Amino acid sequence: MNPVRKQRLIVVMIIVVASSAVAALVGYAVGNMGDYFYSVSQVVKGEAPREKSIRAGGCVIPGSIKNASDKLETTFEITDGVESMTVTFDGILPDLFGEGEAAVVTGKLSDSNVLVATKVLAKHDESYTPKEVEDSVQNPNNHSKACEGMTYDS
Amino acid sequence: MASWQWFHRLGSPKWFYEKTTRWTQVIGWLALAMLSVGIVWGLGFAPEELKQGNSYRIIYIHVPAAAVAMAGYYVMALSGAIGLIWRMKLSYMVMKCAAPIGAALTFAALFTGAVWGKPTWGDYWVWDARITSMLILFFLYLGVMALQEAYQNQEAADKTCAILSLVGMVNIPIIYKSVDWWFTLHQPATLKLTEKSSIAPEMAYPLILMIFAVYMFFAWLLLTKVRVEILHREVKTQWVKDIVMGAK
Repeated sequence: MNPVRKQRLIVVMIIVVASSAVAALVGYAVGNMGDYFYSVSQVVKGEAPREKSIRAGGCVIPGSIKNASDKLETTFEITDGVESMTVTFDGILPDLFGEGEAAVVTGKLSDSNVLVATKVLAKHDESYTPKEVEDSVQNPNNHSKACEGMTYDS
Repeated sequence: MASWQWFHRLGSPKWFYEKTTRWTQVIGWLALAMLSVGIVWGLGFAPEELKQGNSYRIIYIHVPAAAVAMAGYYVMALSGAIGLIWRMKLSYMVMKCAAPIGAALTFAALFTGAVWGKPTWGDYWVWDARITSMLILFFLYLGVMALQEAYQNQEAADKTCAILSLVGMVNIPIIYKSVDWWFTLHQPATLKLTEKSSIAPEMAYPLILMIFAVYMFFAWLLLTKVRVEILHREVKTQWVKDIVMGAK
């Protein structure tokens, strides 16, 4: 390669390296700010603000989902494996919401430490299994990977 | 200098135009065949998914569109870099033509993602790292398209677009790794190169076929657009006049 082209190649490489460095710094700064997301343990310990809307994520404890008989309201408990908390939600739950599945809830904490959710999102994992195969195996504990190995005895 | 001769010949618009006439047709028919088989296989014959039922079938459009949207950015940025270093006109044409195709694929990925997100996650849109970085990719493509139109002088437009493409290239590994680096609602990768994929084989085969099909489709669209761009930019040369007048 002739010297002029080599020089241009160096300029191109400087552009790529410099922009990567800028992006890395921005990412680092944003990463430090993103703590509006709380674990269940943090919420139970009182580390989450009460007056603001927060987000919390955890696994839905099997057997904890209760539907109100007269309205749409659902009550369930989520856990991070250490602590658990109660969530109420008045709305339509996503398809993938279920016992032993990961869920992300947004809402405000009530005085009795119940999270009154305005939004419930289900997190699905990367595994895709055909229905027929699963039916024949008869595996009732097919829970998302995020909740695998979770014990629910707390 | 002799070792670089093939490379410079590749940069000749006339040579490229003549060589790709046949190839564009072959790739086009191949893309059509693969897309037809892949769509019918994925949407019609792949088994229903355990938790998501039939809605998971969006994967056969969503994943190929997103994968090629990201790969297309590398095509655009690296063409821009070759243009900057070797001052190769053809390379700049490839860069220019890749932008709208990439933008369309990125839009397809975002749109199908939103449609898929509503029934499975519970919302059309969440500002998680994967979706936000994909939106930035869409804006980068639009930015390159807008810059092309912003200059009277084609050379200035090409150079500026190449620099923007290169700066934006940092976004691609961020999109790819976003599901591992941050807590995202979006799932991590299903198809893995180094370990066992977490998708049943009878669901994976049509997906892999669709990914290759969309790569083929991208190649066909890009070749077709570049060929038009060559005729457009070389309109004053004799060989283009000959083609247009039907002498060839």
